[in-house]
Amino acid sequence: MRKGLHPLVMIALVTAVTLFGRVLPTWTLSLATIAASNALIALGIVVLARTGNVSFGQGLFFAAGGYGVALIANAWGLTDAVAQVIVGAACGGLLGLVIGPLIARYSGIFFGMLTLALSMVFYGALVKSTALGGSDGFNVGRPSLFGMSFTDPREADFMLYAVSVIVTGFAGIAATILFRSEFGLASLAVRENNLRVEYLGLSANRIISINFLIAAIFAGASGAFALMAQRHIDPQFAYWTTSGEFVFVAVLAGNQSVAAVFVASMALELVRSFSNLYLPNTWQLVLGVFLLGVILFLPRGIGSLWIRDRHKRRISATVPLTAERGAAP
Amino acid sequence: MDRSWRTNCAIILATIATTSFTLAAPLSAQETFKLGIVTFLSGPAADSFGVPARNGAQFVIDQLNKGSVPSPYEKVGFGGMKIEPVIIDENGGATKQVQELRNLYQRDNVDVVLGYISSGDCLAVAPIAEELKKMLVLMDCGTPRIFEEAKYNYVFRTAAHAAMDNVGLVRYMKAKNVKMDTLSAINQDYAWGQDSRADFVAAAQQLYPNVKVQTDLLPKFGAGQYGTEISALVGAGSDVVYSSLWGGDLQAFVLQSVPRGLSKRSQLVLSAADHVLPPLGDKMPDGTIIGARGAYGLMSQKSPLNDWLFKGYEAANGVYPVQAAYRITQSILGLKAAVEKAMSKNGGKKPSTDEMVAAMTGLEWPSPGGLIQMKLADGHQAIQPIAISRTKYNPDLKRVELVDIQYFAAECVNPPPGVKSIDWIKGGMQGAKCN
Repeated sequence: MRKGLHPLVMIALVTAVTLFGRVLPTWTLSLATIAASNALIALGIVVLARTGNVSFGQGLFFAAGGYGVALIANAWGLTDAVAQVIVGAACGGLLGLVIGPLIARYSGIFFGMLTLALSMVFYGALVKSTALGGSDGFNVGRPSLFGMSFTDPREADFMLYAVSVIVTGFAGIAATILFRSEFGLASLAVRENNLRVEYLGLSANRIISINFLIAAIFAGASGAFALMAQRHIDPQFAYWTTSGEFVFVAVLAGNQSVAAVFVASMALELVRSFSNLYLPNTWQLVLGVFLLGVILFLPRGIGSLWIRDRHKRRISATVPLTAERGAAP
Repeated sequence: MDRSWRTNCAIILATIATTSFTLAAPLSAQETFKLGIVTFLSGPAADSFGVPARNGAQFVIDQLNKGSVPSPYEKVGFGGMKIEPVIIDENGGATKQVQELRNLYQRDNVDVVLGYISSGDCLAVAPIAEELKKMLVLMDCGTPRIFEEAKYNYVFRTAAHAAMDNVGLVRYMKAKNVKMDTLSAINQDYAWGQDSRADFVAAAQQLYPNVKVQTDLLPKFGAGQYGTEISALVGAGSDVVYSSLWGGDLQAFVLQSVPRGLSKRSQLVLSAADHVLPPLGDKMPDGTIIGARGAYGLMSQKSPLNDWLFKGYEAANGVYPVQAAYRITQSILGLKAAVEKAMSKNGGKKPSTDEMVAAMTGLEWPSPGGLIQMKLADGHQAIQPIAISRTKYNPDLKRVELVDIQYFAAECVNPPPGVKSIDWIKGGMQGAKCN
């Protein structure tokens, strides 16, 4: 069985990617920031999916994080990027703490539909709140870092890039460790057979709730990044197409590798951007063909391009869904 | 799936990635002006606004590059520089628009970005252009919040905001002695609908102090089915039914309400409706009071510039130009005027962003829809005249004509500098200069 990379190697990788931002062209920096932010929320979906439940309403926590940060920033002038990420994660997490235990009793399509419904309720409420700008949303100021404010556009973009890559990177490392842990394996067992898990003396509901909470925290932090990158928030954050896009990143990435989530997210942003530039009338078609192509030719996600573990596949042929065990970046 | 297959996939993906990067390399352009244009090419607003705007932009840029635009725009392109447009789709939400705006400036090296129809997109992209210190010309979006809530140096809007549409309508009704003791409204439940409704009701309460608001409906955006809403409106039987619906929603509402006699019971007043006249044809009830967000299309005033746009656009696209085509035209002509003004000051070189910004601030220029004056927000927000009229179907020409047209001067229907538009309306529209 493949053991995966040592956490220290992963930290080195994150540092390398961060420093690589110094040589990237400016336009890629903000694109990578959005990609990292989308990767973070998709990572949450992958974490939750290991219990066999897919949330189609991560936009709820994404918007909760974004609106929480935006309102606090405008009311109390909190502009520090790291503080904003913590606030976003806390907002998402608090909401996840309330909703998680309620929703953990459902599974499969009911789980997915309920999360979707909750996010759309939030969307509806936001559209009606004219004090928050209604469907047009509102703007926030640019973030600072540890008391430094960045006026040069490139430096400001690099700061955001660095913070988002580091936070998302560490979330990825934490997820890898989580996947290998006892709790992570118990989550997989819930997907396989939650009754047996209960007979082992573990609470399946509790395991789902905790995974849901982790996904909500990631989504809240991701909302904070999206807000910092675009300095504007509107109810679209909670709309179902937004949530759907995150699920798509997760599907594209597959569940074999945490790094695949980042690669998939970046690839999706690049394809979208270039197809919009060169084929402004048919960019959705290009995006669709790309997604179809990945699903048809890489059914196990982009991660299967470099995770090739025959042993694992042989097992998965007989006992499906154990492939995650060796999840490595 | 064996290994070689996967390797192939990896190679293909890598090739695509490299090609995209090579294609992305900026083409050095000496004597051209690279203009980013953002408009809806897909989604609900494409058919009504986005595509007419794109067609308008293509027509105007083509004519400018040939040097065949009437005076005072005879010069080729922008001050002799050929215009090289980069057109992208506005659909996809504010997050995508912010990203694409950065890409236009930082990757594609456009000189100026011009466009945006959705208010949400305008609000989102304005601060980004300001931070990047790049010139951004907003051409259409309705919300007054852009310059009322923030100050921008690099951002301009070359069209009046939505307050004008509703003040103009109420002034027209007053001038034509339309009875309005009771009022009902139907607007989409998003910012445009909510704001339009608030502006219209506030303006109506100023000029018709005894007006009573009866049924006030906010169906969701893109609802398409208005059976219950029409029942409520017919039941209320108000003197006036106001609506800011547009595009497919407006067409559906008109088609569903006419057979039920709504237009016979109540006077229909529509704030942005000229773009549905060609598709609706004889389905549009006669006598409906409509606005076009300016003196546009069939309401435009005769001038050599307007004849050029109206006839040229109709010949190129098979349909006469409406609101969006006019708005992008006035935007491009304004930018041309600013660029040429800047060039006359710097000795004919291609002007820098700061030179163009200085030239555009407070600028005035003639457009097919009348004189555009950058009078609000320290010279960054335009005011313009508006026309309101009634519909009348002409069976010979098989198209809806507009009759009873009345023009209102820009300063009659737009707030003066330094006042928020809703406060101005509620305060009795002080300082309005109407003749």
